[in-house]
Amino acid sequence: MIKWWKILSALLILYTLVLGMLGPVPHLNILHETIRNVYYHVPIWFAMLFQMGYSVVYAIKNLSKNDIETDIISNQAAQTGLFFALPGLLTGCMWAKFTWGTWWTFQDPKLNGVAIAVLIYLAYFILRSSIDDEQKRARIAGVYNIFAFVMMFVFIMILPRLTDSLHPGNGGNPAFAKYDLDSHMRMVFYPAVIGWVLLSLWILDIKKRLAILTHKENEQ
Amino acid sequence: MKSQLLSQLIKKEFLLEFRQKSTLAGILVYIVATVFISALSFKKIIHPTVWNALFWTIFMFISVNVSSKSFMQETKGKGLYNYLYYNPRQFILSKIIYNMMLMAVLSLLTFFFYSWFVGNMVQDIAMFLLALIFSSSAFSGVLSLMSAIASKANNNISLMAILSFPVLMPLLLVSVKLSKHAIDGLAWSVSYKYLLILIMLNFIVVALATLLFNYLWKE
Repeated sequence: MIKWWKILSALLILYTLVLGMLGPVPHLNILHETIRNVYYHVPIWFAMLFQMGYSVVYAIKNLSKNDIETDIISNQAAQTGLFFALPGLLTGCMWAKFTWGTWWTFQDPKLNGVAIAVLIYLAYFILRSSIDDEQKRARIAGVYNIFAFVMMFVFIMILPRLTDSLHPGNGGNPAFAKYDLDSHMRMVFYPAVIGWVLLSLWILDIKKRLAILTHKENEQ
Repeated sequence: MKSQLLSQLIKKEFLLEFRQKSTLAGILVYIVATVFISALSFKKIIHPTVWNALFWTIFMFISVNVSSKSFMQETKGKGLYNYLYYNPRQFILSKIIYNMMLMAVLSLLTFFFYSWFVGNMVQDIAMFLLALIFSSSAFSGVLSLMSAIASKANNNISLMAILSFPVLMPLLLVSVKLSKHAIDGLAWSVSYKYLLILIMLNFIVVALATLLFNYLWKE
């Protein structure tokens, strides 16, 4: 039995792929046609942040309820989020190369924030793998997950607004929403966000069912 | 009653530290040796950015070294004893406050030796010291919790570094920025924003650590 939102996700992404490539976009200096990347790069990051948030919510649930299944879901959501960091980085690097002229720059707090987020979640997985006892692992990983998420959130959300950034909407650069995102782009951008977030949920759904089944089989 | 217990716990930490003078002496030697090595290898630092970056790198390694010890001596029996007699909030707070005091003193010492051997470039010393004190307290808050986590996960030191470095990064960047302003002698109106962020981060870190330690505590 396939759920309706999975079909919706596939349809929305198909729609944004076609219309994102063919639809009209405003002609701006420097950006030119690369502005179409806003349909892919930004929604992918939204999907990643969504998954990280999902992971933290389940980490909190796990600490309050002590249920091992919530820990499995939290872990799988973190993995899915890290998986989405990869295309997010790739599209970002490509975009940076054609607009800022470099694949990567250490001047931008958002880029640094993402690098640190990836490091944090790698550390999270290393921490998980170094504890054998299941209940203990769930609790300790949950604590680290919550703490690290708050620090990452501070870094990605608050610091870029205080220091200069090359990204739109920060450090004096106008946000896309101000005048670039015209009604045509909105028609593609918002469905793209919903589509990619739903896709990440779909991946998580499969991963968590598999992980819970494996866990039950191992218990027997 | 409660505050009395807390102060007793902090006193216990100090007693334990001074009873085992070798660890404290070890840290002092560590500081002097690191600063001396950097003085020898850099000869003379002309650029303030380099001076700043080197100082904070040394600071970070010293603080990780100092704070990683805070839960390392907790053996299984001791842990059970603590669990029975103390309240988790008081316990972690005592560790954090003790680490804050220790780190504040050690960071001042590091600054002293660093400016002696490598040369002092700071124009606004008061602001620099403020940055130093607040960042060392925030560092010890983060590192106390990380040390507790690492001690639950088989206690290996490399895990401590892996866990804490990415989490410390936001803190470190704010302190680097703030102290750069102090080195350049910028007006306080420019840098008070960063000082506020640093103080706010202190509160966030301590609040989170006291909240979350409750869950680490149960075995």
